[in-house]
Amino acid sequence: MKKILAIVLLALAPACAFAAGGQGVHLDHANIDPTNRQSLQRGARLFVNYCLSCHSASLMRYEHMGKDLGIDEKLVSENLIFTGGKVGDLMTVATAPADAKIWFGTVPPDLTVIARARGVDWLYTYLRSFYRDDSRHIGTNNLVFPDVGMPNVLWELQGIQEPVITTVKEDDGTEVKVVELELAEPGKLTPVEFDRAVRDLVNFLDYLGEPAKHERRALGTKVILFLLLFLVLAYLLKRDYWKDVH
Amino acid sequence: MGEKWNKGLLGWIDARFPLSKMWYEHLAEYYAPRNFNFWYYFGSLALLVLVIQILTGIWLTMNYKPDAALAFNSVEYIMRDVNWGWLIRYMHSTGASMFFIVVYLHMFRGLIYGSFKKPRELIWIFGMIIYVCLMAEAFMGYLLPWGQMSYWGAQVIISLFGAIPGIGDALALWIRGDFVIADATLNRFFAFHVIAVPIVLLALVVLHILALHEVGSNNPDGVEIKKNKDANGIPLDGIPFHPYYTVKDIVGVVVFLIIFSIIVFFMPEMGGWFLERDNFIPADPLKTPEHIVPLWYFTPFYAILRAVPDKFLGVVAMGGAIFALFLLPWLDRSPVKSIRYRGMSYKVAVGVFVISFIALGYLGTQPATTIMTNFARLFSLLYFGFFVSLLIIPKFEKTKPVPDRVTS
Repeated sequence: MKKILAIVLLALAPACAFAAGGQGVHLDHANIDPTNRQSLQRGARLFVNYCLSCHSASLMRYEHMGKDLGIDEKLVSENLIFTGGKVGDLMTVATAPADAKIWFGTVPPDLTVIARARGVDWLYTYLRSFYRDDSRHIGTNNLVFPDVGMPNVLWELQGIQEPVITTVKEDDGTEVKVVELELAEPGKLTPVEFDRAVRDLVNFLDYLGEPAKHERRALGTKVILFLLLFLVLAYLLKRDYWKDVH
Repeated sequence: MGEKWNKGLLGWIDARFPLSKMWYEHLAEYYAPRNFNFWYYFGSLALLVLVIQILTGIWLTMNYKPDAALAFNSVEYIMRDVNWGWLIRYMHSTGASMFFIVVYLHMFRGLIYGSFKKPRELIWIFGMIIYVCLMAEAFMGYLLPWGQMSYWGAQVIISLFGAIPGIGDALALWIRGDFVIADATLNRFFAFHVIAVPIVLLALVVLHILALHEVGSNNPDGVEIKKNKDANGIPLDGIPFHPYYTVKDIVGVVVFLIIFSIIVFFMPEMGGWFLERDNFIPADPLKTPEHIVPLWYFTPFYAILRAVPDKFLGVVAMGGAIFALFLLPWLDRSPVKSIRYRGMSYKVAVGVFVISFIALGYLGTQPATTIMTNFARLFSLLYFGFFVSLLIIPKFEKTKPVPDRVTS
């Protein structure tokens, strides 16, 4: 069984203050492939089905997404737009902010550039780190983002995880509490399938954060090749002019 | 001068405007020492980055909205919906950091070859004012994307004015135009960033270059080439700026553009150093980020600020760290300009100064823990110690004989 490991270094180890991110949570490597169009398309489907009902991506247009991901306009408006909007519309959300505030305690953040703010590894780990916590009104908690207002919207796919807490003694004698999450009830997907689905979703979020990334890299290669060629000419010109100086 | 071209359109213009005269004075008959090395690329590169910033800035302004409710979204609009908007924006954001890299290297050149010394004190002073303007320009520009770091960085820096006794709070309020950073602040920063400061910058660049061309360029040997002239009054070690240094600078420009392109196209965030992660979260006056870090080019001074326990004295120390650079021509009285002919004590002092500056730059990005603060104090003392050492070193320093003519 695939276990999600998350090590919470408690205050016993002062070194954790220096840990990257400051929260001392180990992040799994998202290992996304931005060039994999099918992964991006699957991610887009998950995104509009599971995220877009509460979160907006209001700086992005459906049309733009469809074009970049190779989904034609008709498919976009039939399968990916649930708000009755047009393909040229921004990916806004129908939930009123005031309602969201009552339901979740906070307005769910816009997700357009969330991957650039949080990083893909954080998102990948966060989305897989929900566990049952009956002490909270939403019934779940998260190892990466403790007491987050968001419930585990992917529970249907993932199943329900329970925390298992063990105490491990480190080599230097300090005691460290390790929280591991165990799948208590299986979901529709196997753990391997679920990890892949989250990877697709994070891949899409990464695309959403910067749609021009692919174009940027492709153009960059051409620009630099041109400059290298130009450098040779510029150097030869300089050498020719400077022949009589030394 | 220009007699061979006194016919036609150019002749018509020359009779009315000193076009050919300026061409000869500042390019074709401006004699620069023939021994310029690697460090001498950064002057022309600074000019190039200035042009990049102004051009990309103009195009960004066409779609940017200086409004607290619209600013963040308008930047993402530029990144997505404006044709080539992402390229223009990344060139501008990368250009800001590259401007400081180029200018720091340019200033370092002046430091090691004594280019600030008589008769070039005014070139140095104009340059220092350019540097201060550049910091103001970068600081105000960084507010415009209206992300969390934009907002809280500005909040922290402007609150420093509040540390001034008596008028502090009123002054900070006057600068912000509101009790916190708000729409009014964004609007005025936009005005300064796109009009006021650039005009001053351009004027100062003209003064900087005019002063340079009045006295002539220094060189890695620190030798005055005007002391040795041929029968026609042309310096024996001088070569016309155009075409020699124009073709040479083109090589520098292309190498620079390759590095610039690698960043723009393959790593525009530069691992969070050029575009900070938190700045992709819209400004929220109610949520303070975990730790507020100014952009890397301010962090040496930020570290000095935090190293001093008292807030007002910290502000004074920070200002002093910049002001000390202005005094360089009058602190270092050694008659030898170039580091090549100066004693070991001076070389060590410069080395310690550079290490302190870089170390402070690093410490300014880190949370102010006890260890880090103590290190920041040590390096702040070394930073200021450099300027004090300049007063003492020439008294016992063993310098090497300076040649009459430039070497190599």
